[in-house]
Amino acid sequence: MTTSIDPPQVDSERTVSVTVNGVHREATVPVRRVLSDFLRDDLGLTGTHVGCAHGVCGSCTVMVDGDPVRSCLVLAVQVQGAQVTTVEGLARDDHQGGQVLHPVQEAFRECHALQCGFCTPGFLVTIAAGLEARDAAEEITEEEVDELVGGNLCRCTGYANIKKAVRHAAATMREDAR
Amino acid sequence: MKPAPFRYADPRSLDEALDLLSDETGAKVLAGGQSLLPLLAMRLAAPATLVDLNRVPGLDTVEATGDGVRVGALVRHARLLRQTPDAQAAARVQPLLARATANVAHPAIRNRGTTVGSIAHADPSGEMTSVLALTGGSVTVATPAGRETVGWQDLFVGPLETSLAGGAVVVDAFFPALPERSGTAFAEIARRKGDYAVCGAGVVVTLDEDRRVSAVRASYISVGLVPEVHDLTEAVAGEPVDSADWAAAGALARTLVDPDTDIHASADYRRLLVGVLTERTLADAAAEAVQRSAA
Repeated sequence: MTTSIDPPQVDSERTVSVTVNGVHREATVPVRRVLSDFLRDDLGLTGTHVGCAHGVCGSCTVMVDGDPVRSCLVLAVQVQGAQVTTVEGLARDDHQGGQVLHPVQEAFRECHALQCGFCTPGFLVTIAAGLEARDAAEEITEEEVDELVGGNLCRCTGYANIKKAVRHAAATMREDAR
Repeated sequence: MKPAPFRYADPRSLDEALDLLSDETGAKVLAGGQSLLPLLAMRLAAPATLVDLNRVPGLDTVEATGDGVRVGALVRHARLLRQTPDAQAAARVQPLLARATANVAHPAIRNRGTTVGSIAHADPSGEMTSVLALTGGSVTVATPAGRETVGWQDLFVGPLETSLAGGAVVVDAFFPALPERSGTAFAEIARRKGDYAVCGAGVVVTLDEDRRVSAVRASYISVGLVPEVHDLTEAVAGEPVDSADWAAAGALARTLVDPDTDIHASADYRRLLVGVLTERTLADAAAEAVQRSAA
């Protein structure tokens, strides 16, 4: 036989290739490696924070193919070939050799929406993805704000300033959409 | 903690997946992973091999017909909430599905977790097990011997336990259509939106041609060990929809459920919530039944 269908591979280790923040990255890892640890320990991208490591706190949220997911609840091998965006990828080039913050990052600074900062990367990615997915021309509702922040834990701020930042960022993006 | 070591395969067909599940000892199916990965991280589960369905084609469809909605094993919760033609058709045929799905965890979890996975996980605090029960639904189970349909009554055995044998894959779940002149509603009480509910209720109200109540059924979450459907018709049978005594139906529901006390709530508090949520959701479901009768 010259051709045959390979039986499915059962592996303990795999080489994972992904595009992270527009850059192709690759590493060989044990298959039990979760995406959050892959980003931090194998790729050195420590912006993604690991809080609870079992899907409760939201600190490790990243975008996979544009959708926010808990990176501690996805195996690195499962994102083979995918586009991953971490907090390091939210700022944009200003075409003058520097970077400009994402409107959500700007709003967090403006509204003092962080204290210790541990949970902040997860909030930024979740809120940025959520605001980018909605019609920017529509005024944001309180229900939408609650939905956007409800999946992430913050033990410092009491959430009031985080919610203020969501409204602030939504307003900025609304202005930009005009 | 980190998951204990395991081996991993991502087969490209259902047959390959079934072969792997029968060949490998201690193998477990992985789909959305939003319940399995926490169990691995906490080392409450330590399968020898994970068989990942995510690259198996044909499992990501939502099919709505006059009979009901069939949801494939790789359909994420978020998919049923999008304004796409298939999700909109599903919401017309069986509105309870999307309505309950909106209560499943948080957006980042809904982007990854699957409807069918929630059912196969059989958590009595999960929304989808109760929706399957209340709609009288079933799942299609694939094994090396072929496919069979398993009704919800035969599926749920206990908390986190189904009647399915190890080498089986649930390939889809079927939610029968909402009957004529009927409406549904779903509500839950949680400490934060998206957390596991302390108590949740799904209801279906059916009217007769004179807009009198002809049937009322309810199913609850985080109440009892497996999903159950309770018939509340006798509390309001024959009453005109506009003046039906939904509080009486809530009172009846409280006598029918058998909730447990745990760290989150006492059994008495859960029983109280069953009454309150039943009354509230029945009013909403009745309004939808009126609307759908007029259409």
